[in-house]
Amino acid sequence: MLRFIFSRLLATVPVLLVVAVIVFVILRLAPGDPAAVIAGSNATPDDIQHIRTSLGLDSSLLHQFQVYMTNLLKGDFGYSYYLQKPVTSLIAQRFEPTVSIAFGTMLFAVLVAVPLGTLAAWRMGGWLDRFLMGFSVVGFSVPVFVVAYLLIMLLALHWQLFPVQGYKSWSTGLWPWAKQLILPWFALGMVYVALLARVTRASVSEALTEDYIRTAKAKGVSETAVLFRHALANAAVPIVTVIGIGVALLIGGVVVTETVFAIPGLGSLTVEAVLNRDFPVIQGVVLFFAFAYVAINLLVDLSYLVFDPRIRY
Amino acid sequence: MNALRQFSACLAIAIAAAFPVHAQSSTTLRIVPQANLTVLDPVWTTAHVSRNHGYMIYDTLFGTDANGDIKPQMVDKWSVSPDQLTWTFTLRDGLEFHDGAPVTSADVIASLNRWSARDAMGVVFRGFFSEFEEVDAKTFRIVYRQPFGLTLELLGKAGGPAFIMPKRVAETAVSAQIKEFIGSGPYVFKADEFRPGERVVYMKNPKYVPRKEAPSGTTGGKVVFVDRVEWVIIRDPQTQLNALRAGEVDIIEQPAGEQYATLRTTPGVRLVEAIPAGSMYTLRFNFLNPPFDNVLVRRAAMVALGQEQVLRTQVAAAGLFRFCRSLYPCGSAYESQNTGIFTGVANPEASKKLLAEAGYKAQPVLLMRPSDFAALAKAPLVVKQQLEAGGFTVDMQTMDWQTLLARRAKKDAASAGGWDAFITFNSSTDNLNPLTMSMMNASGSRGWFGWQNDPELEEIKKQFATSKTDAERKKLAEQAQLRAIETVTHVNLGQFNQPAAVRANVTGIVPAGAQVYWNIKKVP
Repeated sequence: MLRFIFSRLLATVPVLLVVAVIVFVILRLAPGDPAAVIAGSNATPDDIQHIRTSLGLDSSLLHQFQVYMTNLLKGDFGYSYYLQKPVTSLIAQRFEPTVSIAFGTMLFAVLVAVPLGTLAAWRMGGWLDRFLMGFSVVGFSVPVFVVAYLLIMLLALHWQLFPVQGYKSWSTGLWPWAKQLILPWFALGMVYVALLARVTRASVSEALTEDYIRTAKAKGVSETAVLFRHALANAAVPIVTVIGIGVALLIGGVVVTETVFAIPGLGSLTVEAVLNRDFPVIQGVVLFFAFAYVAINLLVDLSYLVFDPRIRY
Repeated sequence: MNALRQFSACLAIAIAAAFPVHAQSSTTLRIVPQANLTVLDPVWTTAHVSRNHGYMIYDTLFGTDANGDIKPQMVDKWSVSPDQLTWTFTLRDGLEFHDGAPVTSADVIASLNRWSARDAMGVVFRGFFSEFEEVDAKTFRIVYRQPFGLTLELLGKAGGPAFIMPKRVAETAVSAQIKEFIGSGPYVFKADEFRPGERVVYMKNPKYVPRKEAPSGTTGGKVVFVDRVEWVIIRDPQTQLNALRAGEVDIIEQPAGEQYATLRTTPGVRLVEAIPAGSMYTLRFNFLNPPFDNVLVRRAAMVALGQEQVLRTQVAAAGLFRFCRSLYPCGSAYESQNTGIFTGVANPEASKKLLAEAGYKAQPVLLMRPSDFAALAKAPLVVKQQLEAGGFTVDMQTMDWQTLLARRAKKDAASAGGWDAFITFNSSTDNLNPLTMSMMNASGSRGWFGWQNDPELEEIKKQFATSKTDAERKKLAEQAQLRAIETVTHVNLGQFNQPAAVRANVTGIVPAGAQVYWNIKKVP
């Protein structure tokens, strides 16, 4: 297994290099000039040229690429054109809010969707099943920002239970941290509850038709044990796969959530960097997300070992 | 029992850690700034948010009061030699940087040197200037080769002001950003709490000695009544409004246009004209390529456009825009209704006549439209329609603002990736005279985007800079306006305001040419 992990980790290197090259090329091909953005709308062409020179943007693309790749291989992601801070420190600064949203959302989704999906499969056609299928359609169809604004209107403005916006670090305490994030977790979690509940229902209902379930029942195993110990355990692989894909999809979801709730995470850092044409930050964030995606997929693959002893690497 | 007590104590500590009680200062002012602060060096960029940041932490030698008059700020007294070539300034007592060092003439000279190399009016000043002289720690001189009539205006203008920094900071090359943010202004920048894209924090400068006069514009006593100011970065306009309603922020500096109707009826919120001069919309041409290299075609465009329709569509909120023919802001010192052929009212027939005279062959005019910039997204739609009614063929291309900024720097023809026209807006304080107005920079390739080359306009501006009396300056400003209209440097599309949204418990906002945050009181 160690060999498997090592080979998978080794495989991320060419993936990241390809991503780095593609991002560099796309950014340079896209319209927009960071120097013009920095200089402001009243700046003269001379001002812009000064800034372009100071940022090294007036050198040839080949030279810029050479510098970028050399620095990257040394682990240097570069400096933000605007803030003069290392990209790594900006990512580190924005990492906590995004992880907090992603982790909390997935936890919320798993805790709600897996039991509900399992129960729906157990009582297929019952009221819970019909409700869950109806909810899945709604959860999937309503955009995150609509849910977010509705939650803000009701729970933050009308009942004043939660703050409208912002983020407090977990170092300020568990409740201040969670209080800021409950609405984002709910807003973003709706989609994943819908997705996971459907997948869980389908997987468990399929498992419930298997011979070993009938055998277990014939042996007198209790209904709850059959459902959770046998059916759900055997249905876990597709569920875990979807959770893994869901975490990766969250990368897109957090951008909207962070904007609506004014949370300073990696999503909003990406949006700011794109709007400002802050090339080093965009490159750094994309590479980080690419690595996160690869790492999550590796973790999902490894989790199969736990859920299905037949799988060997 | 002992174990139970230990467990209880641990539980209590854990709960206390999880639910800490934070002392909330009642005098923290939370503001949503007009944009995210990304560049902290106000000399390096012309972005208004960086200028406003400058007003928080730096001070200026002079300022502009509410009537537009220049008044001393860091300066105590000054004198001019009879030949008007030597200006002597003495700093007032009690000026001190945030690190405790006194403000000296050497700091002022270094700051003026760096700033004047970048500022539009500063560059003009350098054409007249000979040298700075450090007389003593508190006295310095500006020596000219040729009299410069706008010395006080230069040192006291609200837009692109000359902020005074410590010498070691001001000696940073103008091509690089400063790395230390220490001023002598009413607030201290908290570098350790600066979270780009999230929060900018300033603390009251306890050592700041305000002037005795009442605050007025960017002059007078900059008295601070709050302990701490936080700029909270919220991008989404709806979230800004929600945060204001919930009391999570106290001020939205520039709410989105579509929010004003709601804000006017929101209990506990009022609108305050923090920058009464407002801003001005303009259409700018590319003078290098056909068809706008032909003055008759530019005139046709000018007469084809009507301010009212543009303003009604773009600004929308009643009472927040005004018709203004003058190229200088209406209500400012050089406002003049002597605008020659420019009426500000659409006249498509006159436009068609001029186009026929110019021999315009219906070649498409590339008009750039920034769809992501709410304050500029709608105006091009109206301008396109008006130009077409006036006989133009318009190819309006939609793009994001950053793409527009990059594209407008291209001198190529529209067919080769360049452009023909775009709409922008300037703070009225940037348009107060011919020297500061970007659009009146007619120095060719070194000038503003569009690169107009008009030695006659430049000569009028030079005379303006050397004139000695207000009456003379007023006359020359009008001459410059008429020349600008004759050559159609740009089309003035009207004036508008973006009042700040302020919670009712916050009072004392000082109307100025920039957003300033002294004199503000907040009732808990």
